[in-house]
Amino acid sequence: MTDSFVGEDHLEIRNLTVDFDGFKAINGVDLTLRQGRLHFLIGPNGAGKTTLVDALTGLVRGSGEAVFRGRDLLTMKSHKIVRLGIGRTFQTATVFEQLSVLQNLDIAAGVHRSIASRLLARGKVPDRVVQALETIGLTSLAHRPAGILAHGQKQWLEVGMLLVQDAKVMFLDETVAGMSAGEREETGDLLQRIVGDRTIVVIEHDMEFMRRYADFVTVMHSGTVLAEGTVTEIQADRQVQEVYLGTVTEVAAHG
Amino acid sequence: MTVTATESAESTRAPGGLRPSMTPARLLKSHGALIAIAVLAYLLLVWAPGSMTAFRLGNLGKYCALALASMGIGLAWGRGGMLVMGQGVFFGLGGYAMAMHMKLEAAGPGQVPDFMVLYGDGTMPGWWEPFRSGAFTIFAIIALPALTSFILGYAILKRKVKGAYLAILTQALAVAFATLLIATIKQTGGFNGLNTFTTFFGHNLYDPEVKKNVYRIAAGLVILFLVILWQIYRSRYGELLIATRDAEERIRFLGYDPANIKLVSFIVAAVMASVGGAIFVPIVGIISPSSVDASASILLIAGVALGGRASLLGPALGAIAVGYGRSSLSERFPTQWTYFQGALFILVVLFLPGGAASLTSRLRSLLSRVRSVRPATSRRVDVAPAAPAVHVEPEALA
Repeated sequence: MTDSFVGEDHLEIRNLTVDFDGFKAINGVDLTLRQGRLHFLIGPNGAGKTTLVDALTGLVRGSGEAVFRGRDLLTMKSHKIVRLGIGRTFQTATVFEQLSVLQNLDIAAGVHRSIASRLLARGKVPDRVVQALETIGLTSLAHRPAGILAHGQKQWLEVGMLLVQDAKVMFLDETVAGMSAGEREETGDLLQRIVGDRTIVVIEHDMEFMRRYADFVTVMHSGTVLAEGTVTEIQADRQVQEVYLGTVTEVAAHG
Repeated sequence: MTVTATESAESTRAPGGLRPSMTPARLLKSHGALIAIAVLAYLLLVWAPGSMTAFRLGNLGKYCALALASMGIGLAWGRGGMLVMGQGVFFGLGGYAMAMHMKLEAAGPGQVPDFMVLYGDGTMPGWWEPFRSGAFTIFAIIALPALTSFILGYAILKRKVKGAYLAILTQALAVAFATLLIATIKQTGGFNGLNTFTTFFGHNLYDPEVKKNVYRIAAGLVILFLVILWQIYRSRYGELLIATRDAEERIRFLGYDPANIKLVSFIVAAVMASVGGAIFVPIVGIISPSSVDASASILLIAGVALGGRASLLGPALGAIAVGYGRSSLSERFPTQWTYFQGALFILVVLFLPGGAASLTSRLRSLLSRVRSVRPATSRRVDVAPAAPAVHVEPEALA
């Protein structure tokens, strides 16, 4: 749907390797994350999808290079990477349950606030927060504690938090897992609405969801990139069919 | 639950829904804490000095001093998730700083505190000298714990030490501090501590009116710091602190360094303990290792847990209640008091983890559950019917 491009906010990964005591969870991955598209990252369990994102967000140490805006992410601490404009979500939605939806978003929007303004109570709700509430459709629940949100709503709140922190690169780890069909559709539409010139990387197991919303797909297997391309190209790839799509169709059929 | 069904329905209806209109219920919710502080201020500053005996007032003053330390624990533990079990260290820093000044005041200009002649050769260590100045002493009461807690906190929190490890580490510090004091009898009075004061910034401590004023300072400090805490809790920092407590790793991925956020409340808590220790000395007339060691630190925790660690007033009221319980019960059952306290602590932790301050919200959720059992005719259920399962800490006191 959108034309992807290599702009100043794209991410260039070269020879990324993550070594867990001799076991290479990621083995020499080269990947270019272009702006302006929904880039799906798929692969069987243990393929290294989450580890890849962990390495890019400072959660695990990796070697190689991952350059964003001239900085190598692999040498940076998590919170510094976020401040540079890279956000992520986790497999299990972790919102601050005791705080309201509004407070959750306000915290996410507040990284660059001055110390003085932090010592004050929130006066006017920041415009970005108002817009994000609107975008993720939670305006009516703004003052409710995030803990009472339904599973899908929590994931949308997480996406909203990435929006207000103005993440140029978003890593979404299995965002639609456990969602109803309707919620998945809403999520997919939401992602298409917000992508703009962002780089959105979606780790996914749901093939149906991928087929419908992916602009570009990278298939991982055993810590390496197995194939890359559009949904059609990936589906036609014999290797991919062997290691992944076949097994998943089976799993999906049983599940 | 603090959000009732009617309130939520209201906010859904409000256009935009972000700036709810002010209803009396909302007004009470947003300003209830200030009203409660005002009531407490009246009780402590007007009612108590007017109607209590000098002895009881002195006791209350002592509890106020302990309450200051407890309020700091409420901030660090209740809101920041750091179970600080060594606040005695900071209480002691403030207490000893004040005691040194008063000791020098009692000795007179150019003279040496009596115990240094008794235990030592009558020479005073150089680091005592600046404490002759009242201004320096007050500066030290703030700066010493701030600096110490910054260094300690930085080392501890940046290394991501938390939970039980943080508790054990801070408690070990209290043990070490008390041991150090006992070992340095020539410089700090050792096991006996520092005592026998005559004046407080030039005012005769035997004068009942002076005593009353010292009490007023202690009570006033409690009120002052309650207002400061109120502002901290309602500020964006306060929200951030709760977020850090509940999901520290998540906060990292919003671009914050959780260590820095926690460090701020660790330092504020230390300064509050120090101020408490400082005002403790002129009221009680002695500071010794037994007021700053591990068990003294734990006693503070008990009050905080009892009152409600995450609430604004809970730690202060809990400290005063434990203080009263201790003196009145220990008068009647001197040997059994510790068992009472232990049992109380266990019961609170088991059955009322939010402390006494959570009683009202507990009751309210119980009430709403009872109400929802009745056939609900007009009750409107939005989003999540399972709402009561989530226990939401009251924003202010309960």
